[in-house]
Amino acid sequence: MSCAVSIKRVSVSYRDHIALRDVSLEIHNGEFLGIIGPNGAGKTTLLTVINGLGRIHTGSIHIFGQPVLPAKFWRLRPRIGYVPQQLNVDPRAPISCYESVLIGRYGRIGLLSRPSKYDRQQTEEMLRLTGTFHLRNRPAGQVSGGEARKLAIARALVQEPEILLLDEPTSNLDPAAARDITSLIVEAYRRFHLTVVMVSHQPEHLPEPCNRIAMMKNTRIAFVGPREQALRAERLSLLYKTTGAEQSACGFEQTPATPQRTSAQLPPGEPWQK
Amino acid sequence: MAEVTGIASALTLFWRPLAAAVFGGAACGVVGVWIVLMNIPFLGVTMSHAAFAGAVAGLLLGINPLISSFIFCVTASLLIGPVTESADLEPGVSLGIIFSVMLGLAFLGIGLLKGPRTEALRLIWGNILLVTRTQVLVLVLTLTVILSFLALFWKETKAVLFNREIARAVGIPERPVFLALLLFAGAAIAANLDTIGGLLIFSLIVNPPSAAYQLTWRLSTMYLLSTVFAIGSCLVGLGISWLFDVPAGAVIIIISSLIFAVSLLLSPKRRRLPVEDLEPRALSDNQRID
Repeated sequence: MSCAVSIKRVSVSYRDHIALRDVSLEIHNGEFLGIIGPNGAGKTTLLTVINGLGRIHTGSIHIFGQPVLPAKFWRLRPRIGYVPQQLNVDPRAPISCYESVLIGRYGRIGLLSRPSKYDRQQTEEMLRLTGTFHLRNRPAGQVSGGEARKLAIARALVQEPEILLLDEPTSNLDPAAARDITSLIVEAYRRFHLTVVMVSHQPEHLPEPCNRIAMMKNTRIAFVGPREQALRAERLSLLYKTTGAEQSACGFEQTPATPQRTSAQLPPGEPWQK
Repeated sequence: MAEVTGIASALTLFWRPLAAAVFGGAACGVVGVWIVLMNIPFLGVTMSHAAFAGAVAGLLLGINPLISSFIFCVTASLLIGPVTESADLEPGVSLGIIFSVMLGLAFLGIGLLKGPRTEALRLIWGNILLVTRTQVLVLVLTLTVILSFLALFWKETKAVLFNREIARAVGIPERPVFLALLLFAGAAIAANLDTIGGLLIFSLIVNPPSAAYQLTWRLSTMYLLSTVFAIGSCLVGLGISWLFDVPAGAVIIIISSLIFAVSLLLSPKRRRLPVEDLEPRALSDNQRID
C-alpha cells in the first residue's frame, strides 16, 4: 500500500512550549487512522502539520511522496480536506451556508477564475450528502453546532480531497448528532475512497472502518497499532488515567489478566509498544 | 438662462469636491467592508495616523505629502501582519503599538516643523473644498486599483473575510490576500487624507460599512450599500458645508453616523419575534418524552 503521508522525526514548538516531539508516522493511502489522546497531547498540532497550517521545527514531511515546503504548500492543500475542531463564524456575517461551502472549491478553481457550473453542482451535492441542503440560504453564522460541523465536512468534501483530516468532529455534540456525524464520515470515506485521519479524545467515537489507531501522550506518539490492541481498557486507562469502571461505561473490554501499568511507570513520551 | 449659468458656474467651481466625494467615498466604502468584516476597526485609526505621520514627514523633508503618506501607510500595513505573527500578539494589540508609534512620529514632525503649521493641521481636518485636480486623479486611480483587485480576487477576498484559517486550509494564498487588503485599505486612507482629514477618515471607513452590515445578509449588497452610504455622506456633507459654511469633513462624519444610527433601528438582524410567538404552548407529540 502506498504512503499518503510520511512524517519523519517531526518536532513543533510554539515559543518555549513543545507541541510535538520527535514524531514519526506513516499514513497509507485509503487508510482510516484514528488519533486519540488526552487534551494537550499534540493531536491537533499533528493534524495542522499534515495540512501545512503548522510550522515544523525539525524533521520532514512528505505528502503523496512530495517533500512539503512551506512556500509551496498551498498548491497541495486543495488535495487535503480539513475540518477544524471549532470555527468561529460571526453570527451576522453576510455569507450564506451555500457560499461558505462553495469556499471549499476555491483552492481547486485557482486564482483569477470564477466558480463554474460543475463547482456549484458539487457544492449542492455535498450539501445534500451532509443533509444541510435545506440550510443553503441561511446565514452561515446562524446554525447549530451539529449543523456547523456538517457544513464544515461539506466544505472539506467539496474540495474533492484525497486526504480528509478531522479534528474532534464529534466533540460537544449530543449522542444523536455525534452518531449522525460519524455515519456521515464513514459514508464519505467509503464513497470517495479517502484517506481519513480523525482526531478524537473519545475513542468510542472512532467508527468501525478505523482499523489503526495512534495514541498520543505528552506531545509524542506513544502507540500505533491495530484498533483492537489500542482500545484495550488497560491501555486506555494508562493513556487517560481513567478507572476500569469508567472504561466499561464507554463500552471497552476489560482484560484483567494483563498486568495493569500506571502512568507513573511510564516516563513521559516513552513508547509503550514499538 | 441666468439660472443655468449659475448652475454651470457652480458645477465648474464644485466639480473637484464632487468628484472627490464620489471617488473618495467609494474607496472608503469598499475598504471599510474589509475592515468591518475582519473586525479590525482600529486598523482605520492606525492607517489614518500612519498617513498623517507620513504627510508631516513629507512637509518636513520637502517632498509631496501625498507620496510620503502613501509610503507610511504601505509600511504600516506591511508591518501589521509580521508584528502580529512574530510577536504572537492579537491584531488589535499590534495595531495599537503601530498606532502609537505613528502618532508619536506625527507629533514629533509637527514639533520640528518651522513656521506656521497650517499645512500640517489641514491634514488633521482635511478640506474637500480645496481638493486639487491631481488629488482627484489620485482618488480615481486608487479606486480603480481597489475595484480591479476586488473584481479579480473576489472569491479569495470573500474566503479571507469569512475565515482566514479556512481560506488557508482550502488552498487559497491567504496571507498575500490579507496583506493586499491591508495595503489597499492604507492606500484608500492616504488618498483621502486631504479631503476628509487624518482624524475624521476613520469614521468614514467604519460607519458606512457598519450601517450596510446591519441591513443585509449578502456580501455583494454590503459592498453596494456601504459605497452608496459613503458617497451619500460625502455629497450630503459637502452640500451642507457649502450651504451653512461649516467644516465639510466634520459634517460628512456626522451624516455617516446618522446613517448608521438609522440602519441600526431598521436592521433586520436585530428584529425580535412578536410577543405572541413566545407565549407558552402545550408540548406537541414529537416533543414529549414521557
